Order: sequence, then structure tokens, then C-alpha cells
Amino acid sequence: MYLLSTHKDPELFLWSRLNEFLCTLHIILHFRLSLTSSQPHTRARGVQLLSEVLQECYGDLTEREVEVLIAFYENRLKDHYVITPPVLRGLKALTKCTVLPPGSAVSMLRSLFQDVHVQSLMLAERACVYNMLINLMETREAELKGLGADFVFGFVQSMDGERDPRNLLLAFQIAKTIISRGYDLGKFTEELFEVTSCYFPIDFTPPPNDPHGITKEDLIQMLRAVLTGTPKFAEFLLPLIIEKLDSDVQSAKLDSLQTLTVCVSQYEHKDLAEFLEGLWVSIRREVFQTSSERIESACLAALTALTSCLSRSVLSSESEDCLSTFLDLVLKDCKHHLSEPDLKLVWPSAKLLQASCSASIRASHVITASVMPNIVEQYNSRTQVKDDRSCKVIAFIGMTCIVQRSFVNYDAVLNETIMRLLLTEDDDRVCLAVVECAGALAELHPVVFITKMIPGLKTEIFSVRQRCLSALAAVSVHPSVVQESTPVLLEVLMRVFHLLFSGSVNFLVEEVVLACRSLQRIAEQVQDTEETGRCFHEVIIPRLLGLTLQAALQDEGSSGHRSPLVEEAVLSAMVPVISTSCSRLQPQLAEQTASRATSLFLNGDVSFLPDNSFPSHIQLLKQQGSTWRQSQMVCLLMGCVHCRNELLSELEEMSCTCTHTLSYTSAAKCFAGLINKSLQGALVLQVFNLRPSSRYSIVFFNPQVAKALLVRYHPLSTTLTDKLFSLLDNTDLGSMAADGFSLLMSDSADVLNRACHADVRIMYRQRFFSENSAKLVQGFNAAPQEKKPNYLKALSNIVNKLPKQVQVTELPALLSLLLEALSCPDGGVQLSTLSCLEPVLADPPAALIQQLEALVSRLLALTSSPAMDVRIASLRCIHALSRFPVHEVLPFRAQVLRALARPLDDKKRLVRNEAVQARGEWYDGSC
Amino acid sequence: LVGGGAMSGGTRLENANPVIFQRSGERQLTASEEDDDVHDPIDDREIFDILSINDPEHPLSLEELNVVEQVRVKVDDAGSTVGVEFTPTIPHCSMATLIGLSIKVKLLRSLPDRFKIDVHITPGTHASEDAVNKQLADKERVAAALENSSLLEVVNQCLSTRSV
Repeated sequence: MYLLSTHKDPELFLWSRLNEFLCTLHIILHFRLSLTSSQPHTRARGVQLLSEVLQECYGDLTEREVEVLIAFYENRLKDHYVITPPVLRGLKALTKCTVLPPGSAVSMLRSLFQDVHVQSLMLAERACVYNMLINLMETREAELKGLGADFVFGFVQSMDGERDPRNLLLAFQIAKTIISRGYDLGKFTEELFEVTSCYFPIDFTPPPNDPHGITKEDLIQMLRAVLTGTPKFAEFLLPLIIEKLDSDVQSAKLDSLQTLTVCVSQYEHKDLAEFLEGLWVSIRREVFQTSSERIESACLAALTALTSCLSRSVLSSESEDCLSTFLDLVLKDCKHHLSEPDLKLVWPSAKLLQASCSASIRASHVITASVMPNIVEQYNSRTQVKDDRSCKVIAFIGMTCIVQRSFVNYDAVLNETIMRLLLTEDDDRVCLAVVECAGALAELHPVVFITKMIPGLKTEIFSVRQRCLSALAAVSVHPSVVQESTPVLLEVLMRVFHLLFSGSVNFLVEEVVLACRSLQRIAEQVQDTEETGRCFHEVIIPRLLGLTLQAALQDEGSSGHRSPLVEEAVLSAMVPVISTSCSRLQPQLAEQTASRATSLFLNGDVSFLPDNSFPSHIQLLKQQGSTWRQSQMVCLLMGCVHCRNELLSELEEMSCTCTHTLSYTSAAKCFAGLINKSLQGALVLQVFNLRPSSRYSIVFFNPQVAKALLVRYHPLSTTLTDKLFSLLDNTDLGSMAADGFSLLMSDSADVLNRACHADVRIMYRQRFFSENSAKLVQGFNAAPQEKKPNYLKALSNIVNKLPKQVQVTELPALLSLLLEALSCPDGGVQLSTLSCLEPVLADPPAALIQQLEALVSRLLALTSSPAMDVRIASLRCIHALSRFPVHEVLPFRAQVLRALARPLDDKKRLVRNEAVQARGEWYDGSC
Repeated sequence: LVGGGAMSGGTRLENANPVIFQRSGERQLTASEEDDDVHDPIDDREIFDILSINDPEHPLSLEELNVVEQVRVKVDDAGSTVGVEFTPTIPHCSMATLIGLSIKVKLLRSLPDRFKIDVHITPGTHASEDAVNKQLADKERVAAALENSSLLEVVNQCLSTRSV
């Protein structure tokens, strides 16, 4: 009755509208009856029905209709409480209307805040309220802002006491929007802070099988966004953080520190001023006392953020400088620890100083100016103390300030100190820091380094070689430094060469290798200027080629000493020097180097080499007798080469006939590299016919060429790989052919990789596998018994190199073959099959469980293999089997436990360890 | 053998706050251990590593509680004997028998059959030392105890390396 008398008009209007989209008479009748019923529950059902209808069709309403509906609903809010839930649902649907009449948002919210006590509603209705707010905030921002602080107050009241994580996420989202969109907080700033910060730090463990998937981390991030959103909260948040840092709960500390780090990025120094001391005391206490690395690093990050916030502050003429006040605090508490005889707090203090240093140039300037002179002096006066950690500290802090590019006062004393550190420090961490530090300094002060450091290193280079060599590499970034440092390195190589004749080969091969590595590192890091390009292409590379050629020729006659320059390790170290300079420095010059090198090898053109005293007819690619010293030089061609047809045939000749390993492998790699890069690969291949397979060509040449084509998806690769497949049936060569697949699938370190500009497509292995796995299975089935191992070996070579995800998906199809491979007598096949199987066993496919009996018996047989690796790998697999579903493995339990008794007494401890673990698990898993 | 008290010990721990000792760290791998041809004898450390099992009362290993120390483990590979002395955390520890039994079971499972295994309490560290030692030395009682499936479950729980 009440309903009819007061709302006749709107209702009549409603009926007419609803008629249009509700054709069912039944619904309408039901509607009329229920909305006017005197029973609140019946009325609630009526409103519910209306709300549901609106949820479907809110988009079709006109402005006038929305107005009427809102008036209706607002009025219903005053009705019996059972009607509230459906009313809220209806209002929520209406908030999504695009035609919301002006002012209706405000009136809706006013009646909502006035008539509804949100926290006494059920969970879903509360969510409904939050969603209404979110919808309105999206579309009616200006109107809501017109409500002024009342809106914030209304919201604070509605969310006060919210417990449900889903609703909290919504409420935090609203709070975040209020803050970020600049709603007027008025006098309710503290209330808004209180109502959200009471959840800080978040402590929430989602229930098991939580269907909503809300994590603690979600809540933490959302809440953090609210709390750190505005500097207006600073005066409340910072005391809260200081308080929570005292907490015993690690996660609370961590959350507080992370929140601090985030919030200070928004704050200004005046927000922080009064809490600085408290924050510093808490941070210092944590760093000095904590045992947790996470807390420590969070502390350091917070300190850095704090300092950088203060560094941003703009000073006025009379205000005090917050930054220097704060840094004074830091220095006061940390500096004295650096020089105390008790070394306990040296590291934490250094870390604190470093953290504040790294915040800004100003901060690092203040700190280094205060700390550095002391440390340098201390270091210089106490070097005889062996366990002096101040040197570590200097390196540590020094590195930071230098990376910050603020250390301007690079003087002779510091140079001396760094030099000594470079040459004498034993601690690896410090070594690394000092080398890095020297590198950064050299970029800033090339002149000092050229005049002081490099001559210093040069005089020391024959006493502490390794250190000097790596230090030289580290400091050579600036072109002008490189001009000075590379001659020193080259001199090392030349001395090696000349020392040979005096009979005292002082330099070990490793050191020559190190010199080459240093050159390589310089080539990798130096700025690419014309100057450095010339240095490498016109001085260093010709010198390297000249020296090795000389060594190769001279060794010919004298049989006494063997120069390090003909050692494989040295040559292999030179290759990257050449290839890095060719790929990084000055393309035109690189081109020139490549063509010179090519003509050196092809035509014996030695005109560009320094100290030219070479015979005129050098033929490096023609093998004469056992002159491997010359033929192996072909490996240097891997660094730079020009494609010429006659070169290709020479290389092919060499790789198929030469018997010296380094020579034929290098030649094959060069050839493969050329084929891979050459655009007319097809043309080239027509010229070249595969020779009648010699041993060498099968072992290395053919797979290498096949790989060159395979990695660029060249169709001709199939011809070559098919040839390799067919060789698996060959009595003599089958096993070698199977090994060829390993080469085909593995990563290439020198030529066929992207760093060397080879054309390598992604996922060529998967492609090869999916195209050829069927061939392998067929071949295996058709092969006579004695050839089958070759197929298994090829299979395990291929599968082993596939990425694990692919293995796991592909293996079920190959399972029977792999089981076969387990009983193959070849230890290598067994081992690689086991290593393929182990990851699959962690998540066994159904096919595997069906074959469990065969698997168990084969694995148990392998536990008595003569090879230790196979025994270990098989025991690991057996271990993994124990985690299969109990009902599957229970039948094998007695058998396995019995069989595992024997490896418990294995002669190798490593095998016994695996057996103990596996047996323990088999007992354990089935009680 | 072991009273029901061992398992239904209730929620209160007998020694809720034990002294924790540092673990001795992983055994260093030597070159000879990787050599396929060298015979590595079973040594004290190896037995000790096998025994890094969980205490029934604490989520800590026996090593961390100093219940088992390497110096109290003696093995003679050639003579096929192993002797382990263990030290209960407190002299009245009602779990002493259970700990001893767990150690014994672990060794039975982890060592070849040829070994004779002797597990007993470090002299002078437990109130009813002799009684516990006698129980542990009695083959039949050990076997009978392991027939008891609920007891076996507790033992397995102690020995389990799986994280729960």
C-alpha cells in the first residue's frame, strides 16, 4: 500500500517501459504483485527481479528512465533491510549507465552513505557498494569531487572494518584512486590513512584451494600504492614504519622497508625532516644486526632512496641542508667503524656508506670527501697487516663513488694505492672491485692513466704478469689509453717469440693465452673509433699473424724448443681477438683485414705483415709432409675470411685429407662458416661434390657443413643429413656417423653462432628433430641387430641436446626406443639416455607408467654398470621412480629394495650416496 | 619397547628450546672420488652423513642438535662393523629409544648386509642409559618394534627427507 500510494507514477512508468523488453505476462504480473506486497520478503523478491532485469539491459535505458529508477531505488534504501541487497544490485547496474543524469551520482551516494551501514551488509553486497563507487569514480569524477570531503568520509565509513581480501582489494583500489586523482581529503586525511594503514603490514595466508587466487603479494602491492600515494600521509606513515621496523616478524620488517623505499620517492625533504633520525637509527640497527640478506639489501635500498630524496631538495637561503645533516648522521655512526681495530662492523658500515653514496652525486661527494682520504692513508700505513680489511673497504666504496663519476681528486697517492691493490690483493671480491674501479677511473682520467698507471704496469709486467695483463685489459676503454696499453701487450707476445732463441722460455703458454684474452677484452669494450680500428686492424692483427707465421716457419728447422706460439691454446685464443675486432671495429678496415688474411692464406701474400722477412712462396693451405705447424694456422681464418671459390675448394681439400686435428677441424669450420654466410650457398654446393667418405670427412666435415645449412634452414641440408642417416648402417663408419649428430645438434662456440654473424635461425634443433625422428625410428626398426646401437646412439645424441620442455613432450613417442637404448652396451648411449629420462620421470607420462616393468628392470641392471657415471645416473632415475603413484610402484618395491642392497656396497662413495638416498626413499614412500 | 608416550607426547615439547649446533657443511669432493678406478672405503664421515636425520621433537637434524657427532661414529670397513654413540638432548629425554631406533633403522637400510651395527647412548648422558642400550641391542625387540606399523610410521617420519 505504501508503495502504491507514494510511487504510483514512477511505477506506472516502469511498467510501460518494461513491457517493451519483457514480453512475458507472467513476469509482469508477478512484478506488480510482489512490489506492492506488504511482506518485505516478497517486495525484496520483486526488487531483486527488477535489478536482475536492469543488469541485463542498463545500456538501453534513457536518461529519464534512469532518473526515475534511481529515485525509486533511493527510496527503497529506506525500506526494510531485507530489500537493501537487491536495491544495491540495481543501483550498481545503474551506475554503469552512460546516460546517468547530472546530479544523480551525488544523490545516489548521499542516500547510500546516509541510509546504509555498509559493514553490516554481507560480503557480496559490500563488494556491490565498492563496485558502485569504482564505476562512479570512473565516469563522474567531477561530480563526486563536488561532494568535497564528504565523499572521502562516506568511503572511510563504508570500508571501516572490512575483512574480506577480495573486498579489500576493491577498497584499496578506491582509496588509491581517491589519492591519485586528487579528491579533496579535507580534514579526513588521517581517517583515510587510519582506515587503510590498520592493515599494514599485511598478514594474510590464502586458504588452500583458494578459488579467487588473491595472494598476499597482491594485497601488499595494493596497500603500498595507497599508503605511499601522497606526501600528505608522510606524517602518519613514517612513524608507523619506524614502529614496524621494531617488529620481530621478518616479513613485517621487509614490507616496511620496501614501503619506505617507495614512499620517499614521492616525498620532499620537509616531509621527512622530523623522522630522519628515527629512520636512520632503525636502518642502521637492522644492517648492523640482521642475519637476513633480504632485510639487509632492503635496508640499503631504503637508505639509498632516502638519501636521493634528500638530494632532490631545493635549498632556500636560510633553510638548513637536510642532506648534509643526514649524511653527517650517517658518517658519525659509520666512519669510526672503518678504522676500528675490531673489524666486526667494517663491512656493514661500508655497505651503509656505499648505499648512501650511490644515491646521488652530491651525496657521494660528501661521503667520499670525508671517508676516502682516511682510508687511503690507513691502507698505506698498514699494508704489512695481512688481514687488513680496510683495503677491501676502499675498493668497495671507491668503486661506488667512481661509478658515480664524482671522484674528481684522482691524485698520485690514490694511483699508487690502486696500483698496489691491482698487483697484490688476494681477495677475489676486492680484486674484481679494484679492476672495475680502475676501469671506470681510466675512462675519466685517461691522461693520468697513460702517464702513471700504464708505465707502472709495464715495469711490473715481467714480475706479476697475470695481474698486469688483466689490469691492462680493464683500463683500456678510452681510445687514447688503448693506444698505450696494446703495445705493452704486443710486446709481451714479441718477447715470448724472441726469448725462444735465448733458450729461456719464461712465459708459460697460459700467460700468452692471457695476453690474447686481454687483447680480446679490449677489442670487446673499447669505443669504436677510427683510431682504435686502425690500431687493431693495422697493427695488432698483422702483428699476431706475423708472429704466428714466423713461429710456424722457424720451428720447422729447429727441433729444440717449441714456441708457445704454435700451441693450440694460443692459436685458439687469438681467433676471438681477430673475430671480435672484425665484427666490432670499423667495418671498412675489417673488410680490408679479411681480404688480406684471405690472400695470405690463398696466395701467400705477406706484404702487409710487419718485419717482413718471410720466404716468398708460402702455401699455408697446401699440406707438405707433416707440416702441421703451418696447416694449423688455418684456424686463424675463422676470425676473418672472404668467400672465394678457390678458397672453398682448398678448405675442403684440407678438411678431408689433412690428418692433424686442429687443422682439419678448423678448415671444416671455416668452410662451414663460409657456406652458412654465403648467399649463393646453393651455387657453391653444386661446385662441391661430397667426396667418397673418408674418415675425417665423416667425423667432422660433413656434419659441420650439414650444420651450416641446417641452422639457416637451407633445403639442401636434408641431403647431407640424410647421407649421415644412411651411414648409420655402415659397418666401419656407423658409430662415427652417430657421433656426428652430436656435432650437428650442439652449440658452436666459434664460427656457427650469432656472435660471429652466422645465419642461425631459432629452434633449428626442434625442427630437425620433428622432421627426422620418424626416419630414425624407421631406420632403427629396419636395421639389422648389430647396427641398432648406432641408431640408438644417434637418437640419444639428438634428444640430449633438445631443450628440456621439448624432450618432455616428445619422449613418450620415443619411449620404446629409449628403453631399448638403456640396454645398448655403449656406456655413452646409456648415460645420455639416462640423462634424458631423469627429467621426464619427475612428471611421468602415462605411456611411461605402462612400461614401468621394463624400465625398472633395465635401470636396476645398469646399477652394476662398470662406469661410475652410469651407475649414478641410473640410481638417480630409480630414486625418481619412488615418487610415482604408490599403487604403481608398490609391486616393484621388494625387487628394488633387494637390488639396491648391492650398490650400497659399491666401491665408489658417490655411487653409495645415491644408493642410500634412493633406497631410503623406496622404504619411505610406501609404508 | 617404546611406550605410547613417545608418539602421543602431546603438544608440549620436552625440550622446546634446545641449543643448536652448526652443521658441518657438505663433504668436499676429492679427485680420487671421481676416479672410476679408485676404491673409496666407507669412512666415519660417510656414516655421519647418512645420519643427518630429523629429530622427532624438532624440525632440526640430529647433527644440529649435537645428538650425533662425527667423533662418536666409528666404522671399520674391512671388519664390517659400525658403532654409533648418540647423546640425547636432555638426560630424561623420553625419545631416546625412538632416536636410537631411528638411527639403527637408518643404518640397517643404508649399509650393506655385511655390517654389524651397534647403536648406544653416549655413556653418562641419559638417566636410563642401560635400559635403552639393552633394548637397542636386542635384535628381536628391534624386529618386533618394526612390525608395529604405527611405530614404523614415526620412524619413517624421522628418516624422511621429503619436505612435508
